[in-house]
Amino acid sequence: MSANTAVGTALPPLTIEATPTFVVASALATRDFQDVHHDRDLAHQKGSKDIFVNILTDTGLVERFVTDWAGPRARIASISLKLGVPWYAYDGLTFTGEVTEVESTQVEGDRVTVAVTGTNSLGKHVISTVVFTLQEA
Amino acid sequence: MSITPESTADEIRSAAQEIIASGASAPKTGRDPINRPMIHNWVEAMGDGNPIYVDDDAARAAGHDGVVAPPAMAQVWTMRGLHGARTDDDPLGRASALFDEAGFTSVVATNCDTVYHRYTAPGEEVTLSAELVDVVGPKQTALGDGWFFTTRNTWSVGDEIVAEMNFRILKFRPAAKSAASDGYPDLDPAKLIRPSASRDTAFFWDGVAAHELRVQQLDDGALRHPPIPATWKSRGDDGEFGATDYVVASGRGSVYSHVVHHAPKVPGRSLPFVVALVELEEGVRMLGELRDVEPGDVQIGMPVEVTFLDFDADGDKPAWTLYAWRPAGTTGEGA
Repeated sequence: MSANTAVGTALPPLTIEATPTFVVASALATRDFQDVHHDRDLAHQKGSKDIFVNILTDTGLVERFVTDWAGPRARIASISLKLGVPWYAYDGLTFTGEVTEVESTQVEGDRVTVAVTGTNSLGKHVISTVVFTLQEA
Repeated sequence: MSITPESTADEIRSAAQEIIASGASAPKTGRDPINRPMIHNWVEAMGDGNPIYVDDDAARAAGHDGVVAPPAMAQVWTMRGLHGARTDDDPLGRASALFDEAGFTSVVATNCDTVYHRYTAPGEEVTLSAELVDVVGPKQTALGDGWFFTTRNTWSVGDEIVAEMNFRILKFRPAAKSAASDGYPDLDPAKLIRPSASRDTAFFWDGVAAHELRVQQLDDGALRHPPIPATWKSRGDDGEFGATDYVVASGRGSVYSHVVHHAPKVPGRSLPFVVALVELEEGVRMLGELRDVEPGDVQIGMPVEVTFLDFDADGDKPAWTLYAWRPAGTTGEGA
């Protein structure tokens, strides 16, 4: 475990381009077959600008963003998402994050809270809080 | 009792309470046990390079017994799939149907909060049970009036709870489109000449934007329109001239004079249109388009009232408002 988990530490930003392939592949990988995630014509009919990324993918990306930095010994304990503007195809989303709390526990080692925000061209798409513990090596 | 768009908030709340009171749905088993092919699809789509999801040795080095599933996949194992239907006792389906019946037909998810009690591994069978836990409304939101409700999903392996997710949704009735969105068939706001306010006339156009017809008032109480430069106001200690005094007119008056404009073309307007000089109840006269009347029907002295035409923002240009006249007592656009 090499990541510095001191309060105030910034996580390396991560930008994901929502190509149509990404939107569709992630929807299907999450077994989410709602048409607004893969069928542009139906997405238009329902008032959306384009197909858009689903919530399960948001959760998966937030998880990835934190473990990319925290390493494989991190155990995700909770992920809270506040959902904002949509994330349509052809828009990039950038995750930024910062350690907001570290609590030492006897049983689980350090319990770390990270605030994560995913921002795209429309604004804040997701505001998230992730808690994980670090297992002893 | 059946819910309709005419149902009261109390009736809707009590119908929602019935769903809450019916408790959690029966546990439903996912289509397949947790398995590596779906994990591989997931990590590939997410671009997740964490080796504990694909490599037994790496997983053991991180303190697991072998490969584990990404915790965020908890919900994936019990997704209904392409042709899956909700069960009759599914509270999310029941609550959605309830608010559909009440006229709150649009939906947006607002929060998705998950607690992972332990990591799961290939071969484990996950079941899902869901319940409606919270209903709040009606609330005014930027999207329209609506209700927030929260369902709690509980995933278990056998009797052991492995993950819990609270999912909060807003069911809303889309806000009625403003007249501007519907547009005025005879006007093209992209081409219309927008009013340009000067220091002397800003109070008037600010008033129009606020749907007030403001008339300048001089020191002696006399009303004046069009407004005259306010240099008759004394200069303050700060060197600035005082703000223009005004009264808000009733907006009612009568046609003092008018013309029907047939030519030339005017940007953004269909021809012909009527321009009326209206004598307001307050005694001043004001020019403006007279709408909602056939040009041949306009008569001197006919009672008219003000109407305000709101136009949406267009690109980087802000929303704006024009005033016009219409025959008194008509219920039309604007005002």
